[in-house]
Amino acid sequence: MPLEGREGGFCGELSYAAAFARALLDPDLATPTAVAGPKSKAAVKRYNVYRNNVTVSLINALAAAFPATLRITGVDFFRAMARFYVRATPPRSPLLFDYGRDFPDFIERYEYAQSVPWLADVARIERVWLDAYHAADVQPLMPHDLAAIPSDRLVNTVLKLHPATRVIRSRFSAVTIFTASRSDGPDSHLEVVEPEDALVTRPALEVEVRRLPPGGAIFLSHLITGESLGASASAAFSESPSFDLPANIRGLLEAGAFTTVLLRGKLTPCSGKSPATYGMPSGGAFNG
Amino acid sequence: MKRLAMRSAAQASPALRFPAHFIAGRVGTSFKHEHLQAILAEGKRDRFFEVHAENYMGAGGPPHAALNQIRQDYPVSLHGVCMSIGGPQPLDKAHLQCFKALVDRYEPALVSEHLAWSTHGTTYFNDLLPLPYTAATLARVADHIDQVQEAVGRQLLLENPSTYLVFPESTMSETLFIAELVRRTGCGLLLDINNVFVSATNHGFAALDYLADFPLEQVGEIHLAGHAQQADDEGELLLIDSHDCPVADAVWKLFDVIISQCGPIPTLIEWDSDLPDWAGLKAEADAAQTIIDRHVQGKAHAA
Repeated sequence: MPLEGREGGFCGELSYAAAFARALLDPDLATPTAVAGPKSKAAVKRYNVYRNNVTVSLINALAAAFPATLRITGVDFFRAMARFYVRATPPRSPLLFDYGRDFPDFIERYEYAQSVPWLADVARIERVWLDAYHAADVQPLMPHDLAAIPSDRLVNTVLKLHPATRVIRSRFSAVTIFTASRSDGPDSHLEVVEPEDALVTRPALEVEVRRLPPGGAIFLSHLITGESLGASASAAFSESPSFDLPANIRGLLEAGAFTTVLLRGKLTPCSGKSPATYGMPSGGAFNG
Repeated sequence: MKRLAMRSAAQASPALRFPAHFIAGRVGTSFKHEHLQAILAEGKRDRFFEVHAENYMGAGGPPHAALNQIRQDYPVSLHGVCMSIGGPQPLDKAHLQCFKALVDRYEPALVSEHLAWSTHGTTYFNDLLPLPYTAATLARVADHIDQVQEAVGRQLLLENPSTYLVFPESTMSETLFIAELVRRTGCGLLLDINNVFVSATNHGFAALDYLADFPLEQVGEIHLAGHAQQADDEGELLLIDSHDCPVADAVWKLFDVIISQCGPIPTLIEWDSDLPDWAGLKAEADAAQTIIDRHVQGKAHAA
């Protein structure tokens, strides 16, 4: 068909979309010549209705997806920042709950946000919060499922991650700031000095965000790649000598981080740790 | 082009997972999750709810839980807003599959999309953008409608747009374009009366003239919504299809005319931003139901 132009574009009667789209996100470009007002009226303000709809609706989508970020920056700052982002990075998918994956990286580079260095990490938690919200509905692994495994086999056990589970590591107190900014309480001054790692899960319908204990993020990130409990625990111990394995396993199970036991470990000699270390004692889970 | 055999929701799936609620003569509202508890508490069963398909294209979570709950007790209308049927480029096959999956999963009473486009190249603009009405665009849009109807195995209701400008290259009117799409594809129509009023004001034609040319016998659903006012370059009134306020008096009058002419067509109050509480939205729905009921009773008296 002659209407298909070079490089996948369209010419002639089917070129309208390219002509119309070009200036939608670029306010410096002139109104497309392909459009007009009725009865020879001008089309500048008329075309600007579409420009405005596109930009404002996408800013609104970001505002809805990043409410804590918005509360921290204030509405005007957020909308100005989001406008830059929308114009530079419009969506590639009609599913807006997928939009803004690199918005936190944009925030990290955004000139006017340099005085709030933890803002990008709060936005990272919000982005994975939305992933968890829309993740598949799967029953999480219950503590008794794991308790049924003989403790000497736990070391080689591999757990399947729940589709909602995400980890965000922060050099700042991003979890505390996120939680405070999403609560209904008054704005408060928060200490932002202590690094915090976030565990995001959705065991039922509510998305849950917790602080991981020391070594917890390393532990979980190794489990995510399919490594066994034992290997993941070794990695966590080497980063964080205070890593508490039973408390971490218990906390992850309470959060609903896994769905099934993929591989039940074979009996192998434990190196240095007594088998009982891998049991399921009670006591202090993660702080939410 | 082939004409698609119409199938009802009950015929579309041999094993229904939801009750087949009747939608004829009912008034619906946009389904907003913040209203869910109030809707369930009210417990009335004489309405329907419309959802934007794309909001339910995630794998799971609260959106599907809420829609499952509402679908048990009410008929649902599945309204697609970003298929980009009016664009020149091929439809996004993955998106079409997601749309079909929702039709299969929720057995909606009505399935609709827009005469507009929203994606160009790989960029999604999140707005309903206009197209010129020419022989080439007619052929392309008809192909797209065929493709959607074949994928979902159902008749699609195509919604007339609200527009703010024209393409001088257009060679036919919007109503002629739409009538020809119906003839070629067998699709039905979603008549958005607010869109008619908005476009009529913006382009300086009479809404009743447009409706006189519109293939009313193919209308399977009506939309009513509020609009906002701006000014064009000449300082004259330009209406914006904003869905953020009550239905205008002029639109109610047009609705009255259409219902008296066509009978009780399922009618939706569309409200998408600056949402009122459930009581406020319900009041708009009740106003539409009153008009429909008056004409149904009038017909019964006359018979």
